[in-house]
Amino acid sequence: MSDPKKEWPLWEVFVRGKGGLSHRHVGSVHAADAKMAIEHARDTYTRRLEGVSLWVVPSAQITASDPGEAAALFEPAEDKVYRHPTFYSIPDHIKHI
Amino acid sequence: MYTTDLSGKNKAEAVSEDAAKVAAFEARVANDEFIEPKDWMPEAYRKTLIRQISQHAHSEIVGMLPEGNWITRAPNLRRKAILLAKVQDEGGHGLYLYAAAETLGVSRDEMTEALLSGKAKYSTIFNYPTLTWADIGAIGWLVDGAAIMNQVPLQRTSYGPYARAMVRICKEESFHQRQGYEIMMHLAQGTPEQKRMAQDAIDRWWWPSLMMFGPPDDKSPNTEQSMRWRIKRETNDELRQKFVDITVPQAHAIGLSVPDPALKWNEARGAHDFGEVDWEEFYAVVRGEGPVAKERMQARQKAWDDGAWVREAARVHAEKRASAKIAAE
Amino acid sequence: MSLTIYAQRLGDDSLILGQRLSEWCGHAPAIEVDLSLANVALDLIGQASHFLGLAGAIEGKGRDADALAFRRDVMDFTNCLLVEQPNGDFAQTIARQFLFSHYQVLFLERLAAAQDERFAAIAAKALKEVSYHATLASDWVVRLGDGTDESKARMIAGLDWMWRFADELFVMDDVDAAAITAGAGVDKAALRPAWDQRIDAVLADAGLVRPAARRATLGGRTGRHSEHLGHLLSEMQFLQRAYPGATW
Repeated sequence: MSDPKKEWPLWEVFVRGKGGLSHRHVGSVHAADAKMAIEHARDTYTRRLEGVSLWVVPSAQITASDPGEAAALFEPAEDKVYRHPTFYSIPDHIKHI
Repeated sequence: MYTTDLSGKNKAEAVSEDAAKVAAFEARVANDEFIEPKDWMPEAYRKTLIRQISQHAHSEIVGMLPEGNWITRAPNLRRKAILLAKVQDEGGHGLYLYAAAETLGVSRDEMTEALLSGKAKYSTIFNYPTLTWADIGAIGWLVDGAAIMNQVPLQRTSYGPYARAMVRICKEESFHQRQGYEIMMHLAQGTPEQKRMAQDAIDRWWWPSLMMFGPPDDKSPNTEQSMRWRIKRETNDELRQKFVDITVPQAHAIGLSVPDPALKWNEARGAHDFGEVDWEEFYAVVRGEGPVAKERMQARQKAWDDGAWVREAARVHAEKRASAKIAAE
Repeated sequence: MSLTIYAQRLGDDSLILGQRLSEWCGHAPAIEVDLSLANVALDLIGQASHFLGLAGAIEGKGRDADALAFRRDVMDFTNCLLVEQPNGDFAQTIARQFLFSHYQVLFLERLAAAQDERFAAIAAKALKEVSYHATLASDWVVRLGDGTDESKARMIAGLDWMWRFADELFVMDDVDAAAITAGAGVDKAALRPAWDQRIDAVLADAGLVRPAARRATLGGRTGRHSEHLGHLLSEMQFLQRAYPGATW
């Protein structure tokens, strides 16, 4: 039987598409260590000029929010319309604002 | 395509689940929302997905073998590079799909063992041999063509990681079918020997390609539930019909004939009528009795066994370096 | 004439090694490794197209890269013996790649600075590719050398198989001398110390030592090959031989 301790760990891969952009999650690779994870990420996810920089993070190191708490975490933002610029009405003749 | 449910039946789940949770889940899916790994999901949904995604992944990996058979014999440098890049893509697609299945709590090693033990299935199409260079054209054109037809709707499948893998796969696969058709086009316009090769390839690959869509709808017991769960978006017969209608004119355009005497355009339906697939052959291949099924599994087993010491060495090395680093700190 | 041969040697090295690596496709120890090896193979096949295309152009007899790749026999192939060696196990494949890629890095660095822009341009592009190949291969030498007893033994055996072909990489002959005169050559003999240094540094990290010095096995540059090349060619050239004159 497969022994989970023997499998190369899973890493999450993030690619910066081009200078100035944030790294974006693109997928995962298995690798024995960080260096190998970078090599595997390069050989898997940047074969079509997709990126200029890579991050790899052990999947086990990612802490995710609990979907059961999504309502408590995210819905309170729904009525905070005053955080958005379109909430404010300014006459058209006022410029540069 | 590689997503045809080959298991035949869904074992009834004895697990009793919170009816309210199930209802909320069904409502989310019906509303075309994406389900993500940490979301609650019915156990049957999880199991069906693991089976479908891992079958799909296995198909990509086993699918490297028939085409890989011709990389070292590709007729020129351009074709060699294209074929190598394409087969490499398939490895990548297997990887993306295994990773999607891993988010459901199954490891890649477990899935690999299920494949090698014969417990897990893969697409029947890869149990047919590639005999001539034209088979590389036929696979790209017909097999990838059939695959794309099933994969495009799966970009909207309900399980987020699967849908995202499919988006990447569809994007990368867009050249695969075109390169296959281009090979066939060249052969069909080439010497008489080349033309013969091309016709022979379509003669051998046509029916197995139609089988890729899986059993007829009335013999596909999971279709209804899979459609409701948005892990299948069109029925086997609908996709098969679509494939025939698109592919037949492509064959005729390069002077190749389709090996089906019953094939004819039905004006009233606005679609082709076509002959019955040999379902007995299909089920035999599903059972593992395809012409080169043994060779395929032998090759996967050998790669797995021969690679064991390499995987082990890298793991041990990583552990050694990690503990040396801790000791030094 | 000799510049044709010179370009052809470079193309043949890349072609034969690319062909060898492509044999791994679908059979590597892990999917990720399969993709890595295929990337290296694709780089090499690309280099082969460029260098053989250049060889054909310099020759001026209407032979393109494919004509050179698919319609020459063993005695007209001019690759070094190292690249035609069989894949063996993964360690043997890595040993071959390790020795060759480090040589290629040093060689292409010089060639990228050559006066002849045709050579320099191909070299500049290829240099980026082979720098990665050298890193990838070195990392695997370290992993396998340091990993388990089995992997160490296999890595030693792989290096031992390949070592007799290393000297050939640095041998200079009339073709090399003429290329230097023509502004396209590299003094390969002068690359040896830097190569030794690179190899030794990685081996030290891997806990390995160099295989014992031995009599060099030479001949690839003049068409005197190992038995392995003929089989490689019979497979690679099958379609072009079976259907002469057909286009694909």
